[in-house]
Amino acid sequence: MLFYSFFKTLVGKEIAVELKNDVALTGTLHSVDQYLNVKLTDVQVVDAERYPQLGAIKNCFIRGSVVRYIQIPSADVDTELLQDACRKESAQGK
Amino acid sequence: MSSSVEEPLDLIRLSLDERIHVKCRGERELRGKLHSYDQHLNMVLGDVEETVTTVEVDEDTYEEIVRTSKRSIEMLFVRGDVVILVSPPVRTT
Repeated sequence: MLFYSFFKTLVGKEIAVELKNDVALTGTLHSVDQYLNVKLTDVQVVDAERYPQLGAIKNCFIRGSVVRYIQIPSADVDTELLQDACRKESAQGK
Repeated sequence: MSSSVEEPLDLIRLSLDERIHVKCRGERELRGKLHSYDQHLNMVLGDVEETVTTVEVDEDTYEEIVRTSKRSIEMLFVRGDVVILVSPPVRTT
């Protein structure tokens, strides 16, 4: 639940999602759920010339399991808060 | 109690706020400061350097050409299922 809560704080922010098939998408985080599925709006495909079939995508849902990385604007992350939350969750015997 | 190492994940907890090395699937390696993790090894790393290694075989000589490319990322969430190993920083104590 830690990262679910974390991504909820990033709703409305610009993120870049890199998938396991090397496709990279940037967009505004619209919503996230417990599986870390994400919905993006204002989607732009990175390296669009390589993936012409994805050029028309404006909004999309991405299944959490196909995500490799998500790049986050570091200005929007309180790293101390994140570390404290992480220590708390590990203390709960998870 | 919170500093004892009883299970493998405790070792990772001790690496919080330290630079760690993460080996990932697809010949990818990450070095960065560990800000957070969970039981799936989902992680958030800061000031990350990603190294991707690709091996190409030369068509004529069958020589293996190893290429590495690096990039830097300020803040990165890594999904746990691509993680192969996590290595904490070298400790002197």
